[in-house]
Order: sequence, then C-alpha cells, then structure tokens
Amino acid sequence: MCTHMNTPVRLHAAGRGREGWTPIDTANVYYDHPFHLAREHSLNIDLTRSGGGPQERIGLELSGASAAALAHAILAALAAGEQMTGDDHTRERVPDRPSHE
Amino acid sequence: MKAETVMLTGHDGGEINGYFARPLAPGEYPGVVVIHHNPGYDAATKEITRRFAANGYIALCPNLHYREAPGGNPDDASAIMRANGGVPDERCVGDAAGAAAYLRDSGVSNGKVGVIGFCSGGRQAYLIGAKVNVEAIVSCYGGNIVAGPDALTERMPVAPIDMTADLRAPLLGLYGADDKNPGPEAVERIKAELDKHGKEHEVIVFQDAGHGFFATDRPSYRPAAAVAGWQHVMRWFGKHLATKSH
Repeated sequence: MCTHMNTPVRLHAAGRGREGWTPIDTANVYYDHPFHLAREHSLNIDLTRSGGGPQERIGLELSGASAAALAHAILAALAAGEQMTGDDHTRERVPDRPSHE
Repeated sequence: MKAETVMLTGHDGGEINGYFARPLAPGEYPGVVVIHHNPGYDAATKEITRRFAANGYIALCPNLHYREAPGGNPDDASAIMRANGGVPDERCVGDAAGAAAYLRDSGVSNGKVGVIGFCSGGRQAYLIGAKVNVEAIVSCYGGNIVAGPDALTERMPVAPIDMTADLRAPLLGLYGADDKNPGPEAVERIKAELDKHGKEHEVIVFQDAGHGFFATDRPSYRPAAAVAGWQHVMRWFGKHLATKSH
C-alpha cells in the first residue's frame, strides 16, 4: 500500500550530496515504498534545502530495523557527546524557517 | 515499435513530457494512457508503456511530476511531489485528458482510449474514468479510492468512490488479497458501489498477492498474479477499445 505520509522536520544542518556540500534545512521523513531498496516499504528520509534544485536532495531508504537502530544510535551518540563536551541541544534553537529563505 | 519522450499539453494548458510508445506498422490503433505509480515516471512504468505497444496499442505515460522537476530524476521529482502534498487530483485529470487527446490526435488512433493506473495511479485511473472521456478503465490496487473525510486533502478533496456514478467506461479492478490499502473491505465497497450504479465492471482479487504484484523490480512481484493480470488487462482493453467491424 501507499501511505502518502510525510513528516517534515526543520533542521540546521549540512549534507554532502551529488554536487558537494550544501546547507540542509528540511528532512522529510516517511514510511512508504522505497525507490531503490529491495523492500515493499521502508523508512525514507529526504534531506533538502528550501529553494534547492531537485538534484540537491540527499535520499536515504532504511529497512524498519535499520531505521530504529539508526534512531537509537543518533540519540545515544548525542547523549554521550553532550556529556563529554557539556553541550546541550535543548538550549539550541532550530529556526522555524530556513535562515537563507 | 517506436518509443520516445514527447511533449504534450496537460492541465490548464501546461506543457509536460510523457513517454509515447507505438507500433511502427501503419494502422489505426487503440490507445492507452498509462498512469505511473507514486515513485514516479520511472523505468518500470516506461516498460509497461512499451508492453502496450508490443501488444498493438499506442500508449502514452504522462509525467505527472514533470512540473516539479523538469528533466529531473523520477525519484527526486517524486520526493518533491510528496513534500508538496502529492499530485493535485484536478491537475492529474487535466494531464490525463491531455494524454488522451494526444493519442486521439496522433494520426494512428482508432479513436478509442483506455486508462490504466498502478498503486496511486490506480486511484487516479478511477477518478480519471469519472472525469475524462475514455472507453475503458483498469485500476490496479489503487489505495484510498475508499477514503474517509480524514484522508481528504486540499489536493485530493473527493474520494474517488464518491465519483462512481460518473464513471464513463467499463472498469476492471485488479487487487491482491493480501493488500492492506485497498484491503478486502474497500474492494467489497468498490464492487458494491459499481453494482449500485449499474456500471459495467469486473473486480478480480488474486490470492497469494498483495499490493504491487505487477512490479517486476520489487519484492511485491508475484509472477502468477502478474501473468494472469496482464491477460485480463489485454482482454479488457481488447474488448472495449477494438475498432468495431463495419
């Protein structure tokens, strides 16, 4: 089935794609048919820059278990890193709108 | 056969591209508008378009995502389309009408055009069949034909099931028994609605198959259902799109 779902997340980020490094301000997160991964459904993430060309998209298609493992690893690495450095992401403000809009 | 990318006039006079395949021998051929699935105007859908040409049809797959990424890769165009909320139904209908007109004006048409769609295109084929002059409809595992108010959006404001009375041509519905959307209840609802409005139809549910059983490049591919399904598709279009003998 097609879910047609999409959960956009605002980011302050940079990504390396087909044309080198680019600012990233949005992650579109959804569970639906992948384009390439050999599964019926997958957790997909499209990293994009508002106003960027279609070729700037950085795509990721993850199996369900892979997605869960990645999510846990991100949170674990963030917690460990902040403990070591004293950084606190809860004090960070991710802009509602991209700064370059 | 000959297969190539062409430009056509779609919704609201907008230019979009499409993939056009036709037999090379002179003649008057029935036409098929091929509606691609949500992953976009991709190689698999172009292969389906060529299949129709190999079977004696002129076939055109309009790129419903063209405006989002002219010349772009289908996966990138599909990603933008999703982020924007999906293909607006009104635009899809306009693009399909443009594709049907392109086929009828191709100089090798017998004047009859059918529409077939897969996955999200199966839903779109249903609504196209209610809005565009076609002679036959094939809807393959289209989800959200039956949709409650919470599933409707600004871009998809009406559930296709509520357009059943307006269907302009006989409809063949092909489904997998293991599909979740459309699940068995939705398929039964579609059948009941077609019966209620006296619409000529056949609804076939394949066992041991789910969503996307025609998709040879995906794990959902089910050869038995796909082989039988293609026979039904060609029978349906053969019956309803053939040139009447004089």
